Amino acid sequence: MKRCELLVIGGGPAGLCAAINAAKAGCRVTVLERNPLMGGQLVKQTHMFFGSRKQHAASRGIHIAELLERELAGLQDNVELLTSTTALGIYEDGVVTAMRGEERYMRIKSDALVVASGACEKSLAFEGNDLPGIYGAGAVQTLMNVYGVSVGDSVVMVGAGNIGLIVSYQLLQAGVRVKRILDAAPRIGGYLVHASKVARMGVPIETSCTVRRAFGGDSLEAVETVRLDGDFRPIAGTERIIDTDVLCISVGLTPLTELLAMAGCDMCYIPQLGGMVPKKDENYMTSVDKLFVAGDVSGIEEASAAMVEGSIAGICAARALGHEPADADAALAELRAQLDSLRAGPAGKHIRDGVSQTAL
Amino acid sequence: MFEQTGIASAEMVLSKFPPIERIARGRVALAECYARIPCNPCEDACPFGAITVGPDINEMPVVDFDRCVGCGKCVSRCPGLAIMLVDGSVGDGCADIYLPYEFRPLPAEGDVVAALDRSGAFVCDARVLRVDNSPANDGTPVIRLRIPRSELYAVRNISLK
Repeated sequence: MKRCELLVIGGGPAGLCAAINAAKAGCRVTVLERNPLMGGQLVKQTHMFFGSRKQHAASRGIHIAELLERELAGLQDNVELLTSTTALGIYEDGVVTAMRGEERYMRIKSDALVVASGACEKSLAFEGNDLPGIYGAGAVQTLMNVYGVSVGDSVVMVGAGNIGLIVSYQLLQAGVRVKRILDAAPRIGGYLVHASKVARMGVPIETSCTVRRAFGGDSLEAVETVRLDGDFRPIAGTERIIDTDVLCISVGLTPLTELLAMAGCDMCYIPQLGGMVPKKDENYMTSVDKLFVAGDVSGIEEASAAMVEGSIAGICAARALGHEPADADAALAELRAQLDSLRAGPAGKHIRDGVSQTAL
Repeated sequence: MFEQTGIASAEMVLSKFPPIERIARGRVALAECYARIPCNPCEDACPFGAITVGPDINEMPVVDFDRCVGCGKCVSRCPGLAIMLVDGSVGDGCADIYLPYEFRPLPAEGDVVAALDRSGAFVCDARVLRVDNSPANDGTPVIRLRIPRSELYAVRNISLK
């Protein structure tokens, strides 16, 4: 059995910031990341981030991933990074099981845990939704921006949240035609500056509209859309057929909380945060002693907030292990103020409402 | 409608533009930021303190048009690509606008391109005077475009011929 002081599950923005802050405090940290690259979703985010300078605003996600990795490299005496390693379970004795590559099964015992496992995409139920050519928007973004693979010639995007809008924009940058962006909601959910970026490229955005059916033989050839009334019911006679070889679904994310549920954390269902989330205290510790959370697994939010949450969890985990990070109280107060600031506006209302219900 | 289409109305656009006398005096920035989101790199980008978001980063930026010298440092720093420059001092019935443009291939200086409005519709032909793809712009080049002055409020994008 492998032993370590702090185990961080997930090498995305939250996990990396947790590792950096804990390692700086003198903690010995091991990070598990299931992908071959550290950085989580940052590695495909070619757009500039919002937020303030403290969360690297105006830098591109891909560059923030590099920056965090460099910071970790400077702490290498305290940090061990295991890529292509997927955490599989957390058992009642605190043992974490993981699979490294395709074959190497590992058991790891740590003195404390930060779970920053992120989120996965939601999908939609409609006739024909299993046809090849129908993707989650995140998958399309990975294929395109990480592997350089174009998914097709034309795309219909379902979902005008930030991911749907950003992936549409990046598809246009890659030379793919985006025929239309639909959203069942009566208004655009993402930042309107993102909507304006795709609108001025000539892409129509249609709210109160969704996909009803997909058609094709071996793969997608067309979709049927329909307009929705104020109660999200289809309006008869508004069906329209759009020829397309790709349909991209971007209807939100849900936290990847299976490990937390298995570990016995108190969970609650908070729709504003994307579904089941762990209850936590102000140090981001769950109901399980020395098990901390950060990032999307504790509620769906922007990556800038995930970095701040990771920093808080890293400092608090180090403290729980007997380390005393320099100026920890001041640092934590400053980080909590950053979160308040990111969530203060109308775009953060659902987060504020959701987070207020998760307190232990 | 803006919240349904992402296309700002003429009134909304006008509300963000500097007064015509200021435009006539020369290059000046404007921020088409119409919604409160947590973001303030424009404030940090301005060396002249001409852009204010304030302590609550969810506030919309306010450009002090008299303080702005039109240096353009903010244009490529806005994550929403919402900032542009306008210059009504060039004469000859023309105006110059400076737009962030993140598509490839880039136009060449001297090219005539299609100038598009905020819905992507064709407005007029326009000549590219400069393509600033310097490292400081970090992958968001800024295109200087000469357009008929009458289209100053309409043009917001280009498409290559």
